[in-house]
Amino acid sequence: MTYMRPEFRHPDLPVNDLGYTRKDYEGAISTLCAGCGHDSISAAVIQACFELAIEPHKVAKISGIGCSSKTPTYFLGKSHGFNSVHGRMPSVATGANLANRDLTYIGVSGDGDTASIGMGQFTHAVRRNLNMLYLVENNGCYGLTKGQDSATSDIGSIGKKGTPNLFEPIDLCTLALELGATFVARSFSGDKDQLVPLIKAAISHCGFALIDVMSPCVTFNNNPNSTKGYEFVRDHIAATGKTDFIPVRKEIMAEYNPGFTQEVTLHDGSVIHLYKNDSDLDLHDRLSAIQAIHRCKEKNEILTGLLYLDPDCEDLHQILGTVEKPLRDQDEEVLCPGSKALEAINESLR
Amino acid sequence: MKPTDIIKDKEYFHRVVDCQFACPAHTPVPEYIRLIAQQRYTEAYMINWESNVFPGVLGRTCDRPCEPACRRGRVEEEPVAICRLKRVAADHKDEISAHLPVIPTTKNGRKIALVGAGPASLTVARDLAPLGYELHVYDEQKKGGGFMRSQIPSFRLPESVLDEEVGYILDMGLVTHFNNYVDSLQDLLSQQYDAVFVGSGAPRGRDLANLPGRQEADDSIHIGIDWLASVAFEHIETIGKRVVVLGGGNTAMDCCRTARRLGGEDVKVIVRSPYEEMKASPWEKEDATHEGIPIIENHVPLEFVHEGGKLVGMRFEKVQAVYDDHGKRSLVPTGEEPVLYPCDAVLVAIGQENAFPWIENDIGIEFDDWGMPVLNPQTYQSSLSNVFFGGDAAFGPKNIITAVAQGHQAAISIDLFCNGQKVEERLPPSTNLVSQKMGIHEWSYDNGITTDDRKIVPLVELTSALQNRSLEVELGFDVQTAFVEAQRCLNCDVQTVFTDDKCIECDACVDICPMDCINFIENAEEEELRQNIRVKAVNVEQALYVSGELKTGKVMVKDEDVCLHCGLCAERCPTAAWDMQQFYYQVTKAASACKK
Repeated sequence: MTYMRPEFRHPDLPVNDLGYTRKDYEGAISTLCAGCGHDSISAAVIQACFELAIEPHKVAKISGIGCSSKTPTYFLGKSHGFNSVHGRMPSVATGANLANRDLTYIGVSGDGDTASIGMGQFTHAVRRNLNMLYLVENNGCYGLTKGQDSATSDIGSIGKKGTPNLFEPIDLCTLALELGATFVARSFSGDKDQLVPLIKAAISHCGFALIDVMSPCVTFNNNPNSTKGYEFVRDHIAATGKTDFIPVRKEIMAEYNPGFTQEVTLHDGSVIHLYKNDSDLDLHDRLSAIQAIHRCKEKNEILTGLLYLDPDCEDLHQILGTVEKPLRDQDEEVLCPGSKALEAINESLR
Repeated sequence: MKPTDIIKDKEYFHRVVDCQFACPAHTPVPEYIRLIAQQRYTEAYMINWESNVFPGVLGRTCDRPCEPACRRGRVEEEPVAICRLKRVAADHKDEISAHLPVIPTTKNGRKIALVGAGPASLTVARDLAPLGYELHVYDEQKKGGGFMRSQIPSFRLPESVLDEEVGYILDMGLVTHFNNYVDSLQDLLSQQYDAVFVGSGAPRGRDLANLPGRQEADDSIHIGIDWLASVAFEHIETIGKRVVVLGGGNTAMDCCRTARRLGGEDVKVIVRSPYEEMKASPWEKEDATHEGIPIIENHVPLEFVHEGGKLVGMRFEKVQAVYDDHGKRSLVPTGEEPVLYPCDAVLVAIGQENAFPWIENDIGIEFDDWGMPVLNPQTYQSSLSNVFFGGDAAFGPKNIITAVAQGHQAAISIDLFCNGQKVEERLPPSTNLVSQKMGIHEWSYDNGITTDDRKIVPLVELTSALQNRSLEVELGFDVQTAFVEAQRCLNCDVQTVFTDDKCIECDACVDICPMDCINFIENAEEEELRQNIRVKAVNVEQALYVSGELKTGKVMVKDEDVCLHCGLCAERCPTAAWDMQQFYYQVTKAASACKK
């Protein structure tokens, strides 16, 4: 009996601009249930960071509590990590980000950690436009406590226990749009072709980027009557279009139909192309995104893909006018100006 | 691509077991390696004995076509030391007589003559004796074993090992006619044999008859294979101090190393071709170098230099290899002065040929333009229906394991022929596929992948090795080392079996697979699929495993090339669409053919 991942990798694995292979972005072997959607999301994060050629030590992974919040152990094993208190990932991410704005922040949370216990934290991170990727691994149930319905579970959806959910679900994407989120997308763990470019775009976006990922719980919520199982999601999925992420240096090669394509240049110069399925969607228009989500919901469809993007937003650092340099790079004199400075501040308040 | 039919296509999974597929006798290698790891040496030995007849001999001397094929060699650098593990089974086994087939006391009334007592003939005897055949073996030497005895020096293959394994077969009630050179097939055929098997090898060593000085210095010039045989049968016990060995094959390596042990102090191998292109196995070249024998490349013999009939040296022309557009090599003189290598003796080991001076031209056996018998390549039957060939006598000099494989096939033919059945109608191999699942994360094979490097076989100390011609140089693995080496085996016979209709396309297997073998993509033609998958499948000798269409319209495509058979796909599969199943492939032997 074993449960170890062999050391060997394919001898022809591609290398990125840093000379790393995907193996350099892996983490420990997953202890989640076999077939869990979360593992696919971890693989997508690995792929995205590999493709972006991010230096692993320049990433901080922060999570709360839950199956989803365990996953940062399973990717980017050479990055910083903080497994925090239930629902408190946004606070820790905010603190870390304010202290060191040079890192890439990946927050991983679940539907319980975000839409229930962490709702108060989530909403404030959104409205402050904290520069981070906020991944919700959304399976509609509390997998770690035997599969009770969560706050994102659709009304009438039936999990393994067999009783329909009685309450209206929280739609995290529309909520984030209302709260002023500057990057909003939804995706599916079983569709890496869509998820990987979205993660790359979200990481490149300078501001709060939410990706709400449908991620089936094979153990408690993969029944025929569940709206978050593999089969239901596959049968009811609709996409805003095909997303391409083009890094700064690469030339754009694809040809596209102007009426149905929207091109967005991000802060760092990279470009996102959306080959839209729905010409009514305007990526820069919150209202059009909310309408598109509702149109699909009425048709019993789950709208995935990039929904809204404001590339010219100001993130929390710009709003607050914080110092450019991370705190760890400031010398002692700046960080501790001494009692005279304190006295001066006190004096100014008298 | 069409879905892979793993049940109907018996060869599909066989090809995945690279070592077994490459072995001419298709020995189930991973199965016996697992048994060695479990210290079940007798069982490991018997699996070998069943398919290759001489495990102790082959564990020391095999050409090892399995090792270059070994998947481990593609995953990292070095293949599993399969050959030396085979020896471990032979070294550590218990008494095996109880496992040997029972030889019927009442014979079946058929009488077969076997010409030559080498590996091919002995294999035929091994397969036919348990069926009640009366078997007569003829050999010009005083003991059985053929070239295994006369050409392989005892420092590589101890006589006791050979005697034991040849003995298992001779003890099956064979009638031996040793010291008996068959000089007429006609005579043999007139002795009421139901069939004759010719396993007489390729007994004629090539000479340089036309080179100046060859006749005059004849006393100091020997044909390699004849010289080795004379050493083996103790007709020759010494050689001059300075010896030149001509040739670049394994016989040359055996000659030079033997010469070192018979008093040769300055022994050189001089070869026409570049070092890299020599026919000798790399490890045999290493062994010679280890014993202080230089190998001099790109030298073509010009003349034997003698003084009044006494050999004093050999003159060579220096050449270089030049390749034309088709890669065809020619050796072009460099124009430098010829070089003289002083020496007291020359051993000519430049190849060997078939020779059938004892087969009459007019008895119905057809020969081709190269003097080789015309045979059916599957049945080994000659144009004279009751005469069969095998081993080096059939298709020219190869190696022991090939002779054994051909012997098995010839035995089937002889059995069918003697029963009045068509020799072309042969049974397919027997295969089996059995799940190895014992529980969650629990398999009945050890699926952990170790990272140990290939273990090196320890040698006896050089000085004592060179003093004693019979002292075996290789010591063989001890059981601890054998275990570590056995654990390097990737268990390629434990197959990843995929069931389309159980798959929910959750991607768990794709995400966990350490080697990126597994893909779920749109179906296409093979060439296109090979380009479209996660890591391009450039090794076209390795198959793609393709499923039927799945719910999303995609198919599962697995590149077998570097799969570690670690079973993680099956461990991470929530619906058991993947399972690890042991594939057992056994070449049909004469014994089962007769039960048809």
